[in-house]
Amino acid sequence: MIKVEGLTKRYARNVAVDNISFEVGKGEIVGFLGPNGAGKTTTMRILTCFLPPTTGKASVAGFDTLEQPMEVKKRIGYLPENPPVYPEMEVREYLTFVGKLKGLTSKDVPGRVEEAMKRCAILDVKSKLIGKLSKGYRQRVGLAQAILHNPDVLILDEPTSGLDPKQIIEARELIASLAGDHTIILSTHILTEIEQSCDKVIIIDKGKLKATDSVANLKKLLHGTEVHVEIQTPAPSAEIRQTLEQIPGVSRVVLSNAADERHYFEVESLESQNVRAEIARAVVHAGWNLNELRPKGASLEDVFLQLTASEQKTSVETVSQ
Amino acid sequence: MKNVLIIADKEIKTYFTSPIAYLLMAIFGLIFGYFMFSATAFFVMRSMEMQMQGGSQPMNVNDFVIGPLLGNASVVGLFLIPMISMRLFAEEKRQGTMELLMTSPVRDYEIVLGKWLGAMFMYICVIGISLLNVAILFAYGKPDWHPIAAGYLGLILQGGCLLAIGTFISTTTRNQIIAGGATFAVCLLLWVLDWVSSYEQAAWAKVVAYCSVLTHFEPFSKGVIDSKDVIFYLTMIFLGLFLTARSMESLRWRS
Ligand SMILES: Nc1ncnc2c1ncn2[C@@H]1O[C@H](COP(=O)(O)OP(=O)(O)OP(=O)(O)O)[C@@H](O)[C@H]1O
Ligand SMILES: [Mg+2]
Repeated sequence: MIKVEGLTKRYARNVAVDNISFEVGKGEIVGFLGPNGAGKTTTMRILTCFLPPTTGKASVAGFDTLEQPMEVKKRIGYLPENPPVYPEMEVREYLTFVGKLKGLTSKDVPGRVEEAMKRCAILDVKSKLIGKLSKGYRQRVGLAQAILHNPDVLILDEPTSGLDPKQIIEARELIASLAGDHTIILSTHILTEIEQSCDKVIIIDKGKLKATDSVANLKKLLHGTEVHVEIQTPAPSAEIRQTLEQIPGVSRVVLSNAADERHYFEVESLESQNVRAEIARAVVHAGWNLNELRPKGASLEDVFLQLTASEQKTSVETVSQ
Repeated sequence: MKNVLIIADKEIKTYFTSPIAYLLMAIFGLIFGYFMFSATAFFVMRSMEMQMQGGSQPMNVNDFVIGPLLGNASVVGLFLIPMISMRLFAEEKRQGTMELLMTSPVRDYEIVLGKWLGAMFMYICVIGISLLNVAILFAYGKPDWHPIAAGYLGLILQGGCLLAIGTFISTTTRNQIIAGGATFAVCLLLWVLDWVSSYEQAAWAKVVAYCSVLTHFEPFSKGVIDSKDVIFYLTMIFLGLFLTARSMESLRWRS
């Protein structure tokens, strides 16, 4: 459905996208992941024919973005980074305008507008001026605008930014409900979002493609035989280490850092055994504080950080599953 | 064509939901009303003097009231046009809606044409206010309507030409005020270009004077529709809109 080959976008001073190639099949939901300034927005702008690529090709539904932009545009619903709304228009008036602009017949417009407003939960503000809406509501209007004409391909640049937690869940459900008939590319910084709603992930950093794979594969890549442990105690590191090594199933213990009575260990265990419960029990038994205990690399976050890291600094403070 | 109308319709609604439409119409109505009042008062005074001196021929309302009035209207229009055209593209660029327009299945020239037509409609509404005043002349006298129609055609063509230029300038910035200021400067320049003809007769001066929008408006205000003036205005409109479309294209490549 979407095919990108050797795509490069050079601005006057820097290269925003550097020789990226990927493909997205029909009906797939693809998460576009990368730190700030990675080139996500730029790639999306090229796909939507807003920007021409410097070199390389991009095509949507078999139509080249440079050669047949009209055909591409007809098939795309696009939510830019900032929702493209007119503050002086009312919500319904705006969506009606967009509907006509997207080529819906005047007979279809009211029905489609109503439907999109319902799906994005903005029926209660339909007669309000967009300029007076909160950021989250404006975002939803932007989302409604993107799905309005029922396009084959949806390109959503950070669709959940500015939404409250309840709305984020609803937006994810909306996106999930669009899957199947629609091919969706969405960019986000929220990794759980990708884990929950996407089939495939494309990770880019500084304009370069770092990985494209299914979510399941990427997670499997690092699924854990390693556990990260943080223990707080005045006891010396060596003693802790000894204790940890005695836990059945543990194959190797590496002290990665120690400061201020905090000791950080990487604990490797045998393939099949889950040693976390044992570690927790041992630490508590010894009377130490267990500050953190999490499977290393089990989350997409770690994949992401590993792939994009140059000066990585984790601030994850969760004892997560 | 349908897309052109969709865009034009949106522009017109935007003008009329903001105070700008009413403000412009009020300003123009006020100034034109004052001109009209002065011109007629002057006309009445002069024609009474003429009669007292035993002049037999009545003075012509067209030459002495309507002609100068239309000339004034064109000057006032010059000031109002930047205010109409400045937001056309600058505002879309600033609020990011350009991204919506440029990723929708509409062609660049349809956007340009739609916006210009919307602005034209606004301009014609502003100019139209003066018809109220002209109607009074018809109520109390019998002016010839032909030169009036020619004058209004001239106003519309001149407005269209300056609006096309203003539309182009609006694509070059995301700041309305800059767009408005630059448009005003260019309009003013185009307007006073014919001054060179008063002190210079060389060929270049003729060319420069030829580009003055005022030179081409004067015949209209006297009731003369010359095809050479019409062609001048139409060419300028085309040129302005063409540049606008090109500027949109370069927007894609540069930004
Ligand atoms: N109009 C522009 N002119 C020059 N450079 C630009 C322009 N737009 C983006 N860039 C540069 O291109 C690079 C990629 O930007 P882009 O907006 O695509 O990143 P992003 O992945 O969307 O980041 P974010 O997560 O912050 O939205 C950045 O280094 C940015 O500075
Ligand atoms: Mg971005």
